Amino acid sequence: MIELRGVRKRFGEQIVLGGVNFDVKEGETVALLGPSGSGKSVLLKHINGLLRPDAGSVKVDGMEVPALKRSELAELRTRIGYVFQNGALFDSMDVFENIRLGLSDDSKYRDLEYAQSRVVECLRLVNLTPETQEKFPAQLSGGMRKRVGIARAIAGAPKYLLYDEPTSGLDPVNADVIDDLVMHLEEELGVTSVMVTHDVRGAFRVADRLALLYDATIVLEGTPEEFRESTDPRVKAFLERDFDPTSFAA
Amino acid sequence: MAAADFLPLRFIGRLVLGGLAHVGRLSLLGAELFRGLREWRIWLPRTVSEAASVGVGSLFIVLLISGFAGAVTAFQAGYQWQTSLPVYVLGTLITETIILELGPVLIGLVLAGRIGARYAAELGTMRVTEQIDALESLGRSPASHLIIPRVLASTLMLPVLVVIADVVAVGAGWIGVKQVLPVTDWDFSYGAQYFWRPFDAWYSLIKATAFGWAIGLISCYMGFNAQQGAEGVGKSTTAAVVTSSVIILLLNFLLARILLNR
Repeated sequence: MIELRGVRKRFGEQIVLGGVNFDVKEGETVALLGPSGSGKSVLLKHINGLLRPDAGSVKVDGMEVPALKRSELAELRTRIGYVFQNGALFDSMDVFENIRLGLSDDSKYRDLEYAQSRVVECLRLVNLTPETQEKFPAQLSGGMRKRVGIARAIAGAPKYLLYDEPTSGLDPVNADVIDDLVMHLEEELGVTSVMVTHDVRGAFRVADRLALLYDATIVLEGTPEEFRESTDPRVKAFLERDFDPTSFAA
Repeated sequence: MAAADFLPLRFIGRLVLGGLAHVGRLSLLGAELFRGLREWRIWLPRTVSEAASVGVGSLFIVLLISGFAGAVTAFQAGYQWQTSLPVYVLGTLITETIILELGPVLIGLVLAGRIGARYAAELGTMRVTEQIDALESLGRSPASHLIIPRVLASTLMLPVLVVIADVVAVGAGWIGVKQVLPVTDWDFSYGAQYFWRPFDAWYSLIKATAFGWAIGLISCYMGFNAQQGAEGVGKSTTAAVVTSSVIILLLNFLLARILLNR
């Protein structure tokens, strides 16, 4: 279980998180919505300890993440797969080496035979062919890079998957492919997922619950139905902007 | 008016705080590197490939610079030559100038640009494209994967490149001086050996090792802490080259004072 209580974070004069409370129960998929620059990715990076809060508590499986020792944090991270916005693939390595680095167990990482079969399996899970492993990130399309990023994140069989804008920059067809993949992975691997996105349509397709981060706080947390029925003007404005076809006219 | 009066104080305060922040971050990086040394299975193979890349990649520029530097040293020695001195002194002058000073410092400064810029740009780009965050999120240490191999490669390869540069520059100086003054091979060889002390070679190697370590550490530090996209990478790359060059000159001064004037 992931629990954030009163998390505050500021960069210089800018308050990014102003006392955020946020929970994710085991087995569920939660989409964290919010406009660009609202601090969604910052919140996500607190969960696996890439950022430390100025104040507040971040707990994963009951462990206080900011208080963990280096070795404990490294161990925790092996249970949390993180999918970066632009893939964050290591461009000096081919796809095989990129995914192999996701094998958190060192003995498995060094076992070349195991690594080869695991890389092929992870590529299959993200609908990519085994031949992809020989390519370098520069030879991949945007959608393929995202899928390789997901393959790397699941290589170590994590318990949690954190997605940072998995569909941003993709055309609607490829965005749907990634959304389907997120749902498929949840079913096949039973992972608990947190997906940061400003793609409302995708979030409604994929998530069991939604949360809207606005002005450095979570203004609503609930099921897709509760979001649709919300009368909060901030929620309505966010949903209507995304769903209203006239907003695309310009 | 009151606010304007405080501006210099604020400037000095920011400068001091900025300096202390660098010292703090560099110390943390040092501790990180020390811890990362235990993961030798990770950094050792990467160090070998990085060292090969640095060594082979820098060889052409090292040969070019050392060849010209040796020849020009010889021509300038010929230009300033006084006929009252025995010609074998030219062998001493050229050899000692190159091995004690010109070889390590010139190669150090050139490689601060070549290797330092490369390291800072590579790590800076990895930082702004979240590749370093990705490495950490996989529970892996950026120190053992990225920094230790680069720092060790530059520390180990600079002495090798300086030895090559010293040999080539002395050779070029030997050939060059024969073009401008009536110096025989025996004169040059006799002069080169007359004042030669084995410590001179050690001194050149100590300087090269210190310069290589400084280039690797400073450039990796600058790249690792790059911020704000392409502009941040550009700034960190420039800072890496400038700071490495200044540190090389400072180390050169300190090592000369400590090792040559004992």
